[in-house]
Amino acid sequence: MCRLQTNGKVIMDRNLSYYPGCSLHGTAEEYDASTREICALLGVGLHELDDWNCCGASSAHVLSKEASVLMPARNLALAGREGKDLLVPCAACYGRSKAAQAALEEDASLRDKFGETFAEDPPAKVSIVSLLDVLAEPAMLHRIQEQVKKPLAGLKTVCYYGCLLVRPPRVTGAANYEAPESMDHVLTAVGATPLPWSYKTDCCGGGLAIGRSDLVAKLVDDLLMQAIDAGAEALVTACPMCQGNLDTRQQEARQAFERDYELPIFYISELVGLALGHPGVDAWWRKHLLDPRPLLRARELM
Amino acid sequence: MTNAEETASMESAAGEKASGVGDDSRSAISPDPSFLGQVEEIGEERLTPCFQCVKCSGGCPLTFAMDVLPHQLVRMVQMGLKQEVLKSSTIWLCAGCETCSTRCPNGVSIAHLMDVLRQIALTEGVEPAEPEVAGFHTAFLDEIRAGGRLHEMGMVRRYKFRTRKWMKDAGLGWRMFSRGKLKLLPVRIRDREWLKKVIPRFRR
Repeated sequence: MCRLQTNGKVIMDRNLSYYPGCSLHGTAEEYDASTREICALLGVGLHELDDWNCCGASSAHVLSKEASVLMPARNLALAGREGKDLLVPCAACYGRSKAAQAALEEDASLRDKFGETFAEDPPAKVSIVSLLDVLAEPAMLHRIQEQVKKPLAGLKTVCYYGCLLVRPPRVTGAANYEAPESMDHVLTAVGATPLPWSYKTDCCGGGLAIGRSDLVAKLVDDLLMQAIDAGAEALVTACPMCQGNLDTRQQEARQAFERDYELPIFYISELVGLALGHPGVDAWWRKHLLDPRPLLRARELM
Repeated sequence: MTNAEETASMESAAGEKASGVGDDSRSAISPDPSFLGQVEEIGEERLTPCFQCVKCSGGCPLTFAMDVLPHQLVRMVQMGLKQEVLKSSTIWLCAGCETCSTRCPNGVSIAHLMDVLRQIALTEGVEPAEPEVAGFHTAFLDEIRAGGRLHEMGMVRRYKFRTRKWMKDAGLGWRMFSRGKLKLLPVRIRDREWLKKVIPRFRR
């Protein structure tokens, strides 16, 4: 277990390889920053893979099975050399990396193709973990509870897991794929009130956001209306595409369906950081299109 | 439409149908018996176990926008309706959420089937029913092919050249840029030799 030294220095008792993926270095920088910073506070050391590449995300699997396996496989090979578990906070990267790992295991011709392309053995097996896998472990939940400085009492939220953290369960290994609870447990540990609702794993439209944003606006509207019905004043995500679509397409949805909702969309790491008393939270809120600060002020959380 | 007009249009439709009887050039469908085999081979999975329980279409979040429902698409592949399948909007509107594959009682991965159909459509030069969606995917891969990581501004530039939707999302782009979510310059990986070997390029 991690122990806070008297001089305030945290001893890292778990070290993970870290694959941020393109979104966390671009549109989802606040997810990257908050993930790194809460992990440091919680005694989890993160070591970013050197020279990692895009996993192919929402597009490689659409156009080429081989590319959709070989792109994440190169990252898995980088991680294999490090020998640590691999943290992948982006749900799309997580899903694609797990799918590639399964495909390499099942298909000898893909392993040959990997050898041919990269002139090395197929990647050594590494355990791929999501941020929720790390945060929702019982020992970690306990540690979070111990370290909470500002309980998020009164913040009514729904947990939105989206698709790729849980589906397909054959690939993700998720046990409770229709009604997951790990994020609810983390939110409860920081004193927030996660509300029950039926849309935890419904789709936000993912990669259709650019080509058919009108369809994404419809799915976003459905999710927001359901969240409001459940009594929520914010949604919490663990995926840059879910957060991105709900945040950036909320205005389009509001106009298309003549609504007046304004629901902040948080990353789970941001709320954990807020509860742990991280001093730099304001830099994260500035990145949101829909500013969460009025809600946080109203709940006396800043 | 008034009742009289409706009757007239129904009669004329029936008349056209009657005149088409026995006329080979007016054949309504042209099944391709090899299509099922082609799809099963590329997808490495069997589609015949599907018994049309409609669970895939029941859970699909995008049926409201599709011209063919997912269970109908599977049946059409079984029947060899190749052109109808490849020209459908459905294959491009699937968001890959995997709800269908997760719930199929016969283990058919319908989301994966959509990928296979899109690949066949693009390699065989079938005009995509949703050019903006196809253009997004091809622009995305073009961008990765160049530098190994996604640079959003570069991808959007390629997307706009492919689709000619110059002004779409200009306001949103600015709001994201002003919050530092879009970077001006790409970050390229050092080891780029493999990218062109692995990532295909499509005309569309």
